[in-house]
Amino acid sequence: MSILLISKLRIWDGSTGKVIIPAISFELNSGSCLAIVGESGSGKSLTCRAILRLNQRNIRQSGEIVFQGERIDRLAENEMRRRRGKQLYMIPQNGMRAFDPTSVIGVHLRDTLVHHFGWNRSEIVEKMKLAMQSVRLKDPVGIMNKYPHQMSGGMLQRVMISLAIVLEPDIIIADEPTSALDTVSKYEVIEQFCRLREKMGCSMIFVSHDLGVVRKIADEIVVMRDGNIVERGEASVLFAKPQHEYTRHLVASHAGIHEHFNRVIGGPAYVSR
Amino acid sequence: MNRIHYLFKDRLALFSFLLITTTLLVGIFAPWVAPNDPQEVHMNLRFASVSWKYLLGNDHLGRCVLSRLIYGIRPSVLWVLITLAISVGIGAVVGFVAGYFKEKTDAFLMRICDIMFSFPGYVMTLAIIGVLGVGIENILLAFVLIKWAWFARIIRTSVIQHSNAEYVKFSKALGTSSFKIMRMHILPVTLPDIIVTSSSSFSSMVLQISGFSFLGLGVQAPHAEWGMMLNEARQVMFSRPEVMLAPGITTIIFVSAVNFFTDALQIALDPKLTPIGREHRKGLKQRANLHRGEVA
Amino acid sequence: MNKMSRYILRRSLLAIPLLLVISFITFVLNILSPMDPAEVVLHAQGVPQITEDLLAETRTALGMDQPLFIRYLNWMLSCLQLDFGNSYVTGKPVWSMLGPAFLNSLKLTVISAVTVIVLSIGLGIICALTEGRWVDKSIRGIAFFLTSMPSYLLAALLVWYFSVKLDWLPTNGIDSVQSYILPVSVITISYAGIYFRIVRSSMLNHLNEDYVLYGRACGLPEIRITMRLLRNSLQVAVSIFFMAIPIILGSTVVIENLFAWPGLGMLSVKSILSRDFSIIQAYVLVLAAAFIAVNTFSDVINTLLNPKLREDS
Repeated sequence: MSILLISKLRIWDGSTGKVIIPAISFELNSGSCLAIVGESGSGKSLTCRAILRLNQRNIRQSGEIVFQGERIDRLAENEMRRRRGKQLYMIPQNGMRAFDPTSVIGVHLRDTLVHHFGWNRSEIVEKMKLAMQSVRLKDPVGIMNKYPHQMSGGMLQRVMISLAIVLEPDIIIADEPTSALDTVSKYEVIEQFCRLREKMGCSMIFVSHDLGVVRKIADEIVVMRDGNIVERGEASVLFAKPQHEYTRHLVASHAGIHEHFNRVIGGPAYVSR
Repeated sequence: MNRIHYLFKDRLALFSFLLITTTLLVGIFAPWVAPNDPQEVHMNLRFASVSWKYLLGNDHLGRCVLSRLIYGIRPSVLWVLITLAISVGIGAVVGFVAGYFKEKTDAFLMRICDIMFSFPGYVMTLAIIGVLGVGIENILLAFVLIKWAWFARIIRTSVIQHSNAEYVKFSKALGTSSFKIMRMHILPVTLPDIIVTSSSSFSSMVLQISGFSFLGLGVQAPHAEWGMMLNEARQVMFSRPEVMLAPGITTIIFVSAVNFFTDALQIALDPKLTPIGREHRKGLKQRANLHRGEVA
Repeated sequence: MNKMSRYILRRSLLAIPLLLVISFITFVLNILSPMDPAEVVLHAQGVPQITEDLLAETRTALGMDQPLFIRYLNWMLSCLQLDFGNSYVTGKPVWSMLGPAFLNSLKLTVISAVTVIVLSIGLGIICALTEGRWVDKSIRGIAFFLTSMPSYLLAALLVWYFSVKLDWLPTNGIDSVQSYILPVSVITISYAGIYFRIVRSSMLNHLNEDYVLYGRACGLPEIRITMRLLRNSLQVAVSIFFMAIPIILGSTVVIENLFAWPGLGMLSVKSILSRDFSIIQAYVLVLAAAFIAVNTFSDVINTLLNPKLREDS
């Protein structure tokens, strides 16, 4: 059963009239994780923002977006706003820039939770504390009193994940959440994403150009190139038998890096020879 | 040079450019272009209105307004341009030396700039006029003394950014002489920055110099200058406000043209063609705007 | 003593060597002058025949026969007590003329700076929020036209219309509150036209930041987002405000002369025309010192506002 259905989504630049995404359609099944894969500039981020209707003012969109049987593309802005965060939650690319640099992290967390649930301060601190501990953030209260620049990108990503745990959204949209991270923090963050799915059973759209990460988390994959979907299918099938030339190229180059990596560190490829 | 081509696709920019060049040419060839002697007094023609012989009419001494405007281009525009060129030249030399050799040379030169920055522009100009006496040449001297530090600061930043580039390090490693590296590798890439900053101070300098002449501290009678013509017009403002129109509108049109052209130049030189990219240029523009902050 | 107050102290101490250098330059400026101050003084006192003896006597009276450095020290020490000597022309103490003028200029400047900043922020926000629409375009168009206009022309036009044609406002002097309206408007129009563009572009830069996107994605109301935007982009406005004060103070020269405002600008031009060096010297020193003080202050304020800078300090 699909929780989110997107059909004939078209995105264009309102000032120049240039079409960025001609028409794409895809659906997200309840409880599953859909990965959108493609190079930068293929329109992945624009698609994510279009679902939440958060693209910049000059970017226009048309097409149907059905969330839980409701046409959210037709909702009034304040109705839409009520769904953002609580039902559709987005985690942007760069944690370092996702928080207001002039106030401490706790301010954003409190603003969001007060707005959606009307909780008081101690309730918020209590819930955030638990959530942060569950994503292995030490000293939650200390973190809430820190400014974004005093923390690392990986920590901030995990703060955003912990906010998702408290908000319990139906869909989490993660826009390249690991691309700005180093390998170790990337691993930690991906692990938290996997646990988040296990724990909450929420649906997820996971955008990435990193096939290694996608392989780990996705059930289904959509491959985008130049604003078009060139291939889609179940993750295991797609990795084993890519149909489209471009997908094959992506998978092959990913495997190539892997093989090279394994050879360098003396991994399985070397042993099997 | 394809960026210059890009610039002239913008109609307004092309028009501004033509207007500026025409003004400059008319100023240079003033004796041949001007219909009358700008200093010839005709007391019987005081405040005469437009006629065929005097296309823009006559001023309070019966002098030809059009001819005075044309001769006024020289101090109001040409001298300002030369002053600007000199200050940019000094600024560029200092900026290059500071940005390229860094460390102690840089620290020393930048401290001098800091000192220059502690005098507000107008105050420094007034101080120099106070000491050396009234006259346009002293104002221009003051402008050079004040502005070079500003240009040096900006050019230095740009040079530092470029001198860290790989190809510069490579040339250094090859033992190419510093002078040659600066000329071959750094000057071409910093040139857009230099052009953008210097062009954006041009209009403010034109306004300032006319402001000083307006106060009677610049060009002295009977020579013509736009600001001074406005000052003369002000004295009869209550009885004949229309005398202000000719020099006033001329100044506004010329300064607008310079501003339009500067903006277009900034956009034309901006696109991702240079390695330093947008962020830097944005900062540059912002600083340039702040500098423009001194209004006449 | 905590980190912050240590920073403030260090930043203030940094200003001292700068002040020393500047005072020295100001002092030397006077010496560079081609005119002999003794001669000026004697002329001003209306002495009919200036003899060599008389000149030497006056020089001794002015302390000009001592070595340069000693003269500088003496001058410096008396300056610190606001004793800038006597006017060469009127013979009155310089501070008795400069002080009131400074106060008058300061009143004009501070009031103008406040209106400049209010207008710049207001217009900047309006333009940023309506970017590309007609409101934005027309405000920018008008501002473009007004900044291309010499401020004295603008002033003359306003005087001609409001004082001469309508006879609503006084043309000069500082008699009543109405006297402020025209000069303040001219300064405000000239500067706000420049500064609002900075506020606008700063707002627009922040509008594309990820924290705005994330805030919206969390469903925060637009008013909250705008508040965050303001807090971030107004840092620029704070630096503009403090930068504007000394710049306006220095450049009210034209406006003051136009409106016969008894401030520093008028005093300085009058002194230049009468070659009254002692006043010019004090004027340069006082303004440069004010400039440095305000700059230091604005640095400190900026650091206080920006947690990142606060960290680095």
